[in-house]
Amino acid sequence: MDYGTLLQILDTTLRLSTPLLLACLAGLFSERSGIFDIGLEGKMLAAAMASASVAFLTGSVWVGLLAGIGASLIFAAIHGIASITFRGNQLISGVALNFLASGITVLIATALFAQGGRTPPLSVEEGTRFGELTLPFAEALRGVPVLGPLYYEVISGHSLLVYVALAMVPLSWWVLNRTRFGLRLRAVGENPAAVDTAGVSVVGLRFAAVAITGVLCGLAGAYMATALQAGFGREMTAGRGYIALAALIFAKWRPVAALWACLLFGFFQALALRPDVVEAVVQVKVPVPLLDALPYILTVIVLAGFIGKAIPPRAGGEPYVKER
Amino acid sequence: MDRLPRWADVVLVPLVSLTLAAIISALVLLSIGQSPVEAFNVMVEGALGSAYGWGYTLYYTTSFIFTGLAVTVAFHAGLFNIGGEGQAQLGALGVALVCLSIDWPHWTLALAAAATGAAVFGAAWAAIPAYLQAKRGSHIVITTIMFNYIAAALLVYLLVDVLRPDGQMDPASARFPEGTALPTLNQIPVIQQFYAVLDAEGVQRVNSKGELMFTGVPANVTLFLALAMAVVVWALMWRTRLGYQIRAFGKSEPAARYAGINPVWIIMVAMLISGALAGMMSVNNVMGEAGRLLQNSSEGAGFIGIAVALMGRNHPLGVVLAALLFGFLYQGGAELGLILQIPPEMRIVVQGLVILFTGALDMMVRMILTRIFGLFRSQRLGAA
Repeated sequence: MDYGTLLQILDTTLRLSTPLLLACLAGLFSERSGIFDIGLEGKMLAAAMASASVAFLTGSVWVGLLAGIGASLIFAAIHGIASITFRGNQLISGVALNFLASGITVLIATALFAQGGRTPPLSVEEGTRFGELTLPFAEALRGVPVLGPLYYEVISGHSLLVYVALAMVPLSWWVLNRTRFGLRLRAVGENPAAVDTAGVSVVGLRFAAVAITGVLCGLAGAYMATALQAGFGREMTAGRGYIALAALIFAKWRPVAALWACLLFGFFQALALRPDVVEAVVQVKVPVPLLDALPYILTVIVLAGFIGKAIPPRAGGEPYVKER
Repeated sequence: MDRLPRWADVVLVPLVSLTLAAIISALVLLSIGQSPVEAFNVMVEGALGSAYGWGYTLYYTTSFIFTGLAVTVAFHAGLFNIGGEGQAQLGALGVALVCLSIDWPHWTLALAAAATGAAVFGAAWAAIPAYLQAKRGSHIVITTIMFNYIAAALLVYLLVDVLRPDGQMDPASARFPEGTALPTLNQIPVIQQFYAVLDAEGVQRVNSKGELMFTGVPANVTLFLALAMAVVVWALMWRTRLGYQIRAFGKSEPAARYAGINPVWIIMVAMLISGALAGMMSVNNVMGEAGRLLQNSSEGAGFIGIAVALMGRNHPLGVVLAALLFGFLYQGGAELGLILQIPPEMRIVVQGLVILFTGALDMMVRMILTRIFGLFRSQRLGAA
């Protein structure tokens, strides 16, 4: 494998890691506040459909992005009402919302465009899709050996949302570890009774966390439909919400580790697209389905605890009952 | 909080949840420009309006009984098995390997062997997540989801590279031998009279070989196997020591531990039974209908088991009734696609809504009902 191919794969890795990273950070906020969310997948899917449809109908990818965030927030609100207000089973609520999203996105897209559940193609020229940004000096530094092409091919030339996702990593770290809100959020996921005793609203904090999850999943879904691809197709998220959950566990619910976990899973997805390269490197013909299954197999190995023990937030999944 | 009367808890809560799901579904239909009343009529006519429709409704029902029971057994142990889909796909592989292994002389033998193969493969696929949960504390919800994806990839590989006969284009196994064909409802004596093909004068028509003609439907003898398994699961859960241990463990793990129940053993057994039941579903579609192994053979039936188990309140009788309801929904939903051009995804929407209302918003329904009952009670006290 030559340097050029490696750069191509790393470039694809970054593209494919972005939705995982946004969804993973989304799950991080929710789970750190004590609300399990296996509905990341559904929220991404709803956001993908809404953003692609609205971007096409209004001709503006920005309005589409807002619509995607809005759709994701609606699903987040239902999850919040079910699991915080009515203290329902958070896992079941997540599963239900995933099914709901899977069906309703196709119904709405079919009703709007009559293209079998797809949205019409979006394009950068018409302003309905995110274009690629060239970072400063990328052209000028291209000639520098080794690092120049790395900067030009891998780091530069992505859509804005990729850089937003990367910026979310230090931001999430700062919010969770250096702000009053973040401290309370983490506390409510470990010991809600103590937070309640201190006079801070458990319900309010948890709803805030679920709303942040909604916004980040909205970004992830909008990125899928308006940047990574040019439009919405049925089931286009293809289990990324679950891979993001796996990355979250792998990262032990920490933002910076989440970045590395998502890059790793994105790298596996990028490899699955290039079976020829894999074959050249390992010298054995590897079946494509095995490459497709690799992120899931790795997740199981991670979950099995062979790579360090992952301890979830202590109050995760348990509804809080005041004055028990 | 006041408690609901038992009859309200068993009957009224699911009915109200179902009604809420139906109302939202109707709103969804309205929002995509369809008439809910017309859609409902089409569904009833298509699924229940003829023996032919029942032949399909009961075919779906059969699959859903198996997967519903699978989720139920795991639920009783406090485990949420979302892996029914993957376990069913592996069960399908078991069915195919058994059916293709020898030239079966009679379908009864083939059915017994295929059901065993399906159960073993399904259970094996559930065994790894179960072991990881029991021994290493890996969350079974995430591992079973991962195993669904791994199962799908494994079957793609096997069907494309291993099981596909030479010279065949589509990724599927070879056709099963004649002896594995299960009798469908139109081939079973007595029941087949419902499927008699009549001419204008009401006399049953005869084909060129002089045999009486019947309309073919996919519902087959597996239906009776499914009903038998419902009875077996009931007996297991409520009439045996093991069932008691599983339920005790699901209610309170510390109490079960204190009573000397081995958690590793219970998690393993409950998940193996669950996986076996999910796997057995594939007898119905792979052996009873397709006659060969196709890609994505279970078509989401494993997931519907979740809705069926929640709707059926985790009781085998409830599961059978809920499976019938979802059988109606699936056959009716297919008719919606044919007649009103409503995408079949409508079925997934209803499925999601049923899970949401019966599983996650259960407390909301209960709170509303408790308040209503409270009103009646205070009125009665006021009158007295």
